Amino acid sequence: MGTILTTAQAGTLESSDIMITVAPAAEGSGIVIELESIVMAQYGKAIRQTLAEVLMEQGIKNAYLKAVDRGALDCTIRARALAALGRAGAVSKGEML
Amino acid sequence: MELRRTMLFIPGNNPGMLQNGGVFGADSVILDVEDAVAPGEKDAARLLVSYALRNVDYGCSETVVRINTLDTFGKEDIRAIVPCQPDLLLVPKVETAADIKEVVSLVATAEKPGQKKVNLIALLETPRGIAEAFSIAQADERVVALALGAEDYTAALGANRTKQGTEIFTARTMIINAAAAAGVQSIDTPYTDANDEQGLLEDSQTAKHLGFKGKLAINPRQIDVIHEVFNPTMHEIEWAERVIEAIRIAESEGAGVASLNGKMVDAPVVNRAERILYLAKLLGLVKEAEV
Repeated sequence: MGTILTTAQAGTLESSDIMITVAPAAEGSGIVIELESIVMAQYGKAIRQTLAEVLMEQGIKNAYLKAVDRGALDCTIRARALAALGRAGAVSKGEML
Repeated sequence: MELRRTMLFIPGNNPGMLQNGGVFGADSVILDVEDAVAPGEKDAARLLVSYALRNVDYGCSETVVRINTLDTFGKEDIRAIVPCQPDLLLVPKVETAADIKEVVSLVATAEKPGQKKVNLIALLETPRGIAEAFSIAQADERVVALALGAEDYTAALGANRTKQGTEIFTARTMIINAAAAAGVQSIDTPYTDANDEQGLLEDSQTAKHLGFKGKLAINPRQIDVIHEVFNPTMHEIEWAERVIEAIRIAESEGAGVASLNGKMVDAPVVNRAERILYLAKLLGLVKEAEV
């Protein structure tokens, strides 16, 4: 675990949700987070921080992550990020929570 | 007993509804990862509900999660959700006491040391489940209520659902009787036309008259109507207070039976009056000293 095996997505574009896509990245390329948000000015930095924390907690060092945020709470961001990582083979089911 | 006049379903894969579930004033919110969630989204919904349970304030509403059946995603649901300490799990399509015992075993294994005990409501929605209602209610002390799911039940019977609900009369009364015999609550099936307030009112009145203690709800708009029906009326409260007063006087005079307006007041009548006053007290409709 800790490696994204395939491109995967979780979440929706509905209000209060966030759609997250994760894709494999080459060894040494680091974490790239691309974020769109309706609250970018107010919470963009915090959302990036949350996404980076989830990746770090799962031991992921190389990843491309795109997030389209529609005003999701922190707990929703974490849940959607973990769902995307689980679908990408980067997190085992037992380690998700 | 807990107040469960309304138990509101909230789709488990909808963050907007999950985060607002506590504002509607339902006695319980049911975060649904079963029928409200497509099979391909079960993983995401399970995570979302787990995080919601740990981060969202549901106010005075009891938190319930409707899990999937054990032959689909139910075991994963229990492992993920029980440690997040919901008050209850709503277990779908329960057909036998053995079904409950299997869920209880999985729940006990999933509970963290020292965490709140997670109780169960059995959702009976098949002819077999209705037939086994009493043994299901008695299967384990974690079972606190039986609930009716009439849509699947009538589909299995091959009966048409009607507003009058004659096709579910037998199932309703069997569940109410089984629950009462086992000392647990009975919760009625939801009224599925969210735009028909009059139909909901009449259906809720029928449920209350038969003996249900509450009703499942599929839309926040249904909550006030159902509460209005299941709340004791001022007339009922006044009657109950007169009954208690009459029996107190009779007992002080050495009699076990009293008379109120020419009608006999004995133990069953007193029990009914006490239940009304207990509910009225929970709802703040009477002061403690009056009960």
